[in-house]
Amino acid sequence: MDLQGFGHLLISGTWMTIQLALSSLLVGLVFGLIGAAAKLSKNPLARWLATGYTTLVRGLPELLLVLTIYFGGSQLLMWIAGWFGYTEYIEIGPFVAGVAALSIAFGAYATEVFRMALLEIPKGQWESGLACGMSTLRTFFRIILPQVWRLAIPGLGNLFQVLLKDTALVSVVGLNDIMRQSQVAISATKEPFTFFMVAACIYLLLTAATTAFTMFMERVANPAARGNRA
Amino acid sequence: MANAPTALVLNDIHKSYGDLAVLKGVSLTAYDGDVISILGSSGSGKSTLLRCINLLENPSRGEITVGDESLDLKPGKDGNLVAVNRKQLEQMRARIGFVFQNFNLWPHKTILENIIEAPTQVLKQPKAEAIARAEQLLEKVGLADKRNAYPDNLSGGQKQRVAIARTLAMDPQVLLFDEPTSALDPELVNEVLAVMKELAEEGRTMLIVTHEMRFAKDVSSQVIFLHQGQIEEMGPPDQVFNHPKSKRVQEFMASHS
Repeated sequence: MDLQGFGHLLISGTWMTIQLALSSLLVGLVFGLIGAAAKLSKNPLARWLATGYTTLVRGLPELLLVLTIYFGGSQLLMWIAGWFGYTEYIEIGPFVAGVAALSIAFGAYATEVFRMALLEIPKGQWESGLACGMSTLRTFFRIILPQVWRLAIPGLGNLFQVLLKDTALVSVVGLNDIMRQSQVAISATKEPFTFFMVAACIYLLLTAATTAFTMFMERVANPAARGNRA
Repeated sequence: MANAPTALVLNDIHKSYGDLAVLKGVSLTAYDGDVISILGSSGSGKSTLLRCINLLENPSRGEITVGDESLDLKPGKDGNLVAVNRKQLEQMRARIGFVFQNFNLWPHKTILENIIEAPTQVLKQPKAEAIARAEQLLEKVGLADKRNAYPDNLSGGQKQRVAIARTLAMDPQVLLFDEPTSALDPELVNEVLAVMKELAEEGRTMLIVTHEMRFAKDVSSQVIFLHQGQIEEMGPPDQVFNHPKSKRVQEFMASHS
């Protein structure tokens, strides 16, 4: 296959896609954990906010989120900055807008995955932590969260694959990801089939790697299934 | 044991769930070295009483004293008592060992990690010291060879023995056992009771909610019979088992012998 000198462009696009996906994953996991904690909270306001978040975000197309945040985010930030007396122009780059949109979307779905996993942990696991004098927070991080991972990783792996493919949406606001770089190559070479095929192969490679990594993490998070560590 | 210092004092413990009163004023004193068995039919409030002691359930009224320290309580939003100071509650819980009916071992940690978790995290013991102590305790409960196994690979009786070792690792002042053998297959009950008997003989202070009548008769210094949230009869095992004054206790003993 002749890439006519556009290979490096596709490689830099791949790297951009990976950065975007991993950044969105990290931020999205935080959103998901906070969302799940809020949904299970005793505080009605927290529950209401979390339900509002997941209902709203899951009901909107991701493309709309990307466009809204890219074009509307600057205005919103400037409006907020104005309150503090800052009046200069603020611009959100496509990368930041992409991470914001994709992590907000990922977080909404991850909220449900984490919530289900948290509900699966028997109450006795909390009680045995608290009963030996651990604080609620320590019990959560030392006893509950490691078990939540084990239950949540298959679901999160699925969500990450969706996220990985949704990164292509950010090309519409000018991020130089795989999708956009192949379009650049196509407009120069007029060979859409070649470059779309290459792009498809790269995406497949990335999602296959994700699947392998998810399986690896499932093993890491479930030491008991590997048997004795002796 | 009346000359020994007090280990645990409960004063007028009440607990209601809405309109349902489960505990209606239970008071008891455990002196150091006391082994108190708590008997009663299901629904009499035995487990609830035990869980109120370390605030796994929040009592509606009452006072709890461990050693010479009273737990500061105040009414919470739902009317039940909550700890005034979280730190005090955590320190007090660290001094009260609790053994659960369902073991509640942590499945993602090895047996050794289960045992050293609270000593290193709560008591801030150096890891090497905690491991050395854990090894002694595993030896004591007869599971030294299981240190690197995971809870899922153990039988019920083995799990409960690990749970007891985990509790002992905190060197608690009082041990609470909430029906420790009720979730076990009959042939596994004795291995757990043997460990508990050894602890009783060492002079540990224990409160045991149990249905094992012979065991209770054998190891207890005091026996308490709960009925509908109140103490129906309390006394040395010979009195409660062989010469109960209460008609209800007489009937209960007749049906359980």
